[in-house]
Amino acid sequence: MTTDRKRQLVTAALIAPAGLWLCVFLVLPFMAMVVFAFGERAPEGGYQAAFTFAQFANLPSRAAAFWNTMMIAPIGAFLCLIVAYPAAYYLAIKSNPKYRLVLVSLVVVPFWTSLLVRTYAWMYILGSRGIPNLLGMIGIEDIRLLNTPGAVLLGIVYGYLPLMIMPIYVSLEKLDRRLLEASADLGAKPVSTFLGITLPLSLPGVMTGVALVTILLLGEYLIPQLLGGGKVFFIGNALVDLFLQSRNWPFGSAIAVTLVVVVVIVLSVAMRIAWRVSGSRQVDLV
Amino acid sequence: MTAAPANDIEFRSVTKCYGSVTAVSDINLAVPKGAFVALLGPSGCGKTTCLRMIGGFEQPSEGTVLIDGREMNGVAPYRRPVNMVFQHYALFPHFDVEQNVAYGLKQARPKLAASEISARAREALEMVRLSGFEKRRIHEMSGGQQQRVALARAIVNKPSVLLLDEPLAALDKKLRTAMQIELQTLQRELGITFVLVTHDQEEALSMSDMVCVMNTGRIVQMAKPQEIYDRPADLFVADFVGKTNRISVTVEPDGATLRLSNGMALAARSCLKPGAATVALRPEAIDLVRQSTGDGSSLAGIVTHRIFLGSTAEYQISVDGLGDFLVTADRRSMQESDLVEPGERVALTFDPGKVHVFPA
Repeated sequence: MTTDRKRQLVTAALIAPAGLWLCVFLVLPFMAMVVFAFGERAPEGGYQAAFTFAQFANLPSRAAAFWNTMMIAPIGAFLCLIVAYPAAYYLAIKSNPKYRLVLVSLVVVPFWTSLLVRTYAWMYILGSRGIPNLLGMIGIEDIRLLNTPGAVLLGIVYGYLPLMIMPIYVSLEKLDRRLLEASADLGAKPVSTFLGITLPLSLPGVMTGVALVTILLLGEYLIPQLLGGGKVFFIGNALVDLFLQSRNWPFGSAIAVTLVVVVVIVLSVAMRIAWRVSGSRQVDLV
Repeated sequence: MTAAPANDIEFRSVTKCYGSVTAVSDINLAVPKGAFVALLGPSGCGKTTCLRMIGGFEQPSEGTVLIDGREMNGVAPYRRPVNMVFQHYALFPHFDVEQNVAYGLKQARPKLAASEISARAREALEMVRLSGFEKRRIHEMSGGQQQRVALARAIVNKPSVLLLDEPLAALDKKLRTAMQIELQTLQRELGITFVLVTHDQEEALSMSDMVCVMNTGRIVQMAKPQEIYDRPADLFVADFVGKTNRISVTVEPDGATLRLSNGMALAARSCLKPGAATVALRPEAIDLVRQSTGDGSSLAGIVTHRIFLGSTAEYQISVDGLGDFLVTADRRSMQESDLVEPGERVALTFDPGKVHVFPA
């Protein structure tokens, strides 16, 4: 056996498990979904073979879910960014290197508890027995926090913050400190150094974080379910309804396929922008 | 009215500690205006810390650093009239060459006109002979070109002092020699003070007009390059700058005779403290003579290795009773047949005036 052939076999062996997994649990189901999307709902629910664009024509009936998702997901990701950047900056640049590792691991501590439990806790805090109750005691009545877009955004920022902090932290951490010294040496005040050097060079991390959080948010179900209470609902919630309640698989599939297409478009545009802004080939988005 | 300070940089009893480690210990240093000074020493001797204290990246734990007669304690780097060429250059990877060079000009307040920024950036690039490379990206430039960009970026603001942190360390030998000459030329053209940090004694001797040898956080000797080489202040300098043969001797009670361990006597030039001492002798201060018979009046030994270097040849000679000696022979004074072969017996002669004696 030649070494080339051997190398090919090793490569194949390394890729095979992941490839197989993706094939069975991602590619095949997705293909099934595409097929379903052009079918019809069977009278008793589920899927019935057909070829029709009726499901796609019906998409506007779920416009609210699309609208909510498309508005709240990017806004949520942006709010995450606003909160995460200073934290990541502190961790990577300002914190004492001795304690840095401890501080960074604290960021992921929330992941030790299920997001469900933590979001449920927010339901109580924001619900009538939580903060509105406390405000009522000091005479501020009729404050509704739960089941508002604000509550959903709060839950999003709370739940997704670590995912935003991490990539930004990594890009700031590997930033060459001498560049900051060089900038100061050339007369740049700290704010100018931040805007001219630190921020642009951390953009790959920012873009990775924003893309990561946005993509996950587009499929979010739990947070709008608990904190939006049916009033602020995402595509994810619509999908659960369609598949599990009304058992309209073809329509659900059409929505899901549309979501995937939107994600791919958003992602490729974001990647192109990141590539242009940072001007380097070091953008690693997904 | 006070006269303009004669020194661009002054250290007054400067000490720098990192926790319990003292990096720089009670240094006094004055760099005259327009000088080219090299801080030379092995790694960890505190030379880079000194440079960083001038740049403002470190603050002295004790003492004062003055630039242009002004106390600089607590003054941020961006407020100091100095610029630095960083080790590994620290060029901004997201800017092209011209943007890198123009960066310092863009920080000026009140703002400079865009046309002036561009003109001055191009002028600086011209000085380092990089015209035509304005729009190149940094990663498209070779190491030597990046070095020039870093230089242009640092001189564009017309600093009163240019700091250079091991600027040539990453270049190959040929390029390094060319850059040494260029740096010297540049310094003369600009007429500003250069402070160079290096561990390479050749670089320090060849470029600067003042060398400051440092060891373990202190200045050991500050003098002109020739003086450092010809009259090293101590054994450390003799060893670190150039090559040296070290010979253990005993100073006889008369204070005028040096006794080698093989019994040979040398006359001391000045009166010395009796006791153990070390003699330092440069390899090129020794002459080799082919020896057929040992007459006992000079050192004799057998050539063990020859390193042929083109214009010179280095010999390692095992001297009877004294161990290995290094001798450099200039080939200009030799016929080709004069190259001594390993295994030959030779006599070593030297001018006693070129012997340096240090107390052990």
